[in-house]
This record gives sequence, C-alpha cells and structure tokens, in this order.
Amino acid sequence: MSLYYVQKFLFELNRDPRVQEAYRSDRTASLADYELTTEEVEALTQPDIGLLYHLGVNGQILMHFAAFHQIEWQDYLQRMRDGIATYGPVREGVYATTGYEGTEAHAASLGQSEGER
Amino acid sequence: MPLVYAGVCSHAPGITGRKDRADPEARDALYCAFDQMREDIVASGAEALVVIAAEHFANFFMNNMPSFAVGMADFYDGPIEDAGWLGIETFRAPGNRDLSRRLITEVMQTVDVAYAEEWKFDHGIAVPLHFLTPEFDLPVIPVNVNCQGPPLAPLPRAWAFGEALRRAADSVPEKVALVGTGGISHWPATPDSGKINEPWDRDFLDRWCANDKDRLLDYDDLTVYADAGQGGFEIRTFIAISAAANGAKGTVHFYTPIPIFAVGCTIASYKL
Repeated sequence: MSLYYVQKFLFELNRDPRVQEAYRSDRTASLADYELTTEEVEALTQPDIGLLYHLGVNGQILMHFAAFHQIEWQDYLQRMRDGIATYGPVREGVYATTGYEGTEAHAASLGQSEGER
Repeated sequence: MPLVYAGVCSHAPGITGRKDRADPEARDALYCAFDQMREDIVASGAEALVVIAAEHFANFFMNNMPSFAVGMADFYDGPIEDAGWLGIETFRAPGNRDLSRRLITEVMQTVDVAYAEEWKFDHGIAVPLHFLTPEFDLPVIPVNVNCQGPPLAPLPRAWAFGEALRRAADSVPEKVALVGTGGISHWPATPDSGKINEPWDRDFLDRWCANDKDRLLDYDDLTVYADAGQGGFEIRTFIAISAAANGAKGTVHFYTPIPIFAVGCTIASYKL
C-alpha cells in the first residue's frame, strides 16, 4: 500500500496541466512513475472515488479529482459513502486516526441525527 | 506601525462555489458580514493584508511540509481550483516582496518559518480575498499553517507564531492587517461534509473572544478530530490571530452553520 504516492499523483494532477493532459491521453501510462499497487492503479484509472477514500486519500485532494472528472458535489459525497459501505472503514491516513464507521455512527457519536447534517 | 486589524473569517469553497444552493437569507447575511469586514479593513488604513490560511495541498505536500510558511513574492495567482467549480475567476493578486522579506526576517528571530517565492492561492485564501479585496488593489502576503498533513505543529507553536507575526507587523512602517481563515468544526470534502458541531464552535468562539490563552491551547488533536473533524485542525489559524491580538478582546460579528458551505460560517475580529 502506498497512500503517499496515490496522493502525490493526485496532488500533481490537481495543479499541473501537463499531468492532466498525460492522464487524459493514457491514464495507466501517466501513473508509471509512481510506486502504486494494482489496486491503487485501478482506483485511479476507473476512477473509483469510494475506493480512493477507503484507501485514505485526503478529501482536500480527492474533491478536485472528482471535479476533474465532472462528478457533481452530492454524487462525490455519495461515492465516498458507498466506498465505506463497500470496502469498509478508511485504512490509513488522517481519517483513520480514530476509526470511522460511517456517517450514521459518526452523527450518533456527536449526539446528532443524520437529518441535522 | 502597530498592527491595525486582526480578525478571522471562513474560507470554505462552497461559500462561492455552491452559493446558489444555500439558504438565501443565511448566505446574504454572511456576504454582508464579509462586506463589513472589508470596510473595517479599509477603514483601518491597512497597506498590506497578511492572510494566515490553512491551505489544502495547493503548494505544500508531504514531500516537504513546513509547519509555517510565508509568501515572499510580488504577485500570486489563483485560484488553483477550476474557476467554475470555485465560482471565482482567475486572478493575479499583488504581493509586496520587500515587506514580506522584512516580516519574515523578524519572525525568524523566534520561529523557524519557511518562505516561498511562488505561491498559488487555493480557496483558503481566494475565498477571503474575493470578499475582502475584490479589486485586488491591496498587497497580500500569504501565510500558511499546516493543518492538513499530520504531524501538525502543537497549538502552543501556533500561538508563538502569532506572537512573532505581531512583533514583525509592529516593526515595519507599513500598516498591516492580519486575517486568519479556516473553519472551526467541519468535515470538509468527506462523507460527513455538512456536519457542523455548533456547540463546540460556540465554546471555541467564547474562548477566542475572551482571548483566553490557557483555554485556547487546551485542545489536543485526537479530541479535536473526534469532536470537530479534521477541519477543526484549522483552529491553529484562529489561535495565531489570538496571539497576535496581544490580549485584546474579540467580537463575533457573524456565526451561522450553513451545511451546504460545510462549515459554521464565521466573521470575527479583535478590538486592538
């Protein structure tokens, strides 16, 4: 697992038009210089927003990747929720700090209902 | 000249990017509060606007992450986000390289700060500037506190950084305004986006207005994360402003949770 390099690629994609062009023309080839697992390459090339969130990608990086793919805001949020439901809690990174069991459990931990969000 | 202005505001990208989806009454009230903040800064006679932000991987990444950084350029471009997504057109903000250099030199007397001669503004600075200097006619000096990629500087270090910025601002002949930007509790860009812990926010703002150092520093990252989300780490920018205010008391001019903006929108300032 190489969360650092997944995020490094997205960081560079988000800010460099040349990386964006390379990704547009050949997604897999554009990842060749990064130390990534097969799972990570698939998540980045599909793209699988839910899997990327599950892997631990910071939302401040991921939201721009979603926008790059023209994924609408609410759809972006739902894909992350679906990713947690499908793959389980976030594996690594800042969101794995105290564990995460989904929006409902989280709301309950704060004494809130889902409707308050 | 002594510091002429010290305040804080929210910087969430939804404030401009998703403005059409917000409750119009709350949104317009927020915009009015931003307008008043701009008028207060203008009235202060500020000749430079120092913005303490918590940027989001626009310039700094985990390959070389400074805890504290200050821009030192004559101009800064933004926004790094898609202009349509953020609702802010591409801009070039004026800087003041010479002033930056003098401020950085003074800050370095007590805080090891990184400097950057290139800096692309993300929403953390672009959204405040959109309201506070919409014509980009006031030199801006960007400052960053790492609030995104742990390990993060402990809160007492953010306080010390704020003290150093105040000392630096007071040491130059220019009139300097200082604005911290960030969220209080929020879970931006995550499945919990839109969640806001209002009681936690109000308690924090009570501490901020009282400028109660002991209570402002009485947080740890694990409990902040649990109660206020990863966005809560951005209290470092608010705390730096408290330190820079040097004991002054503050007023919250606006606080309203606006879920589609993903934060309890805040405008506050200290009476220097």
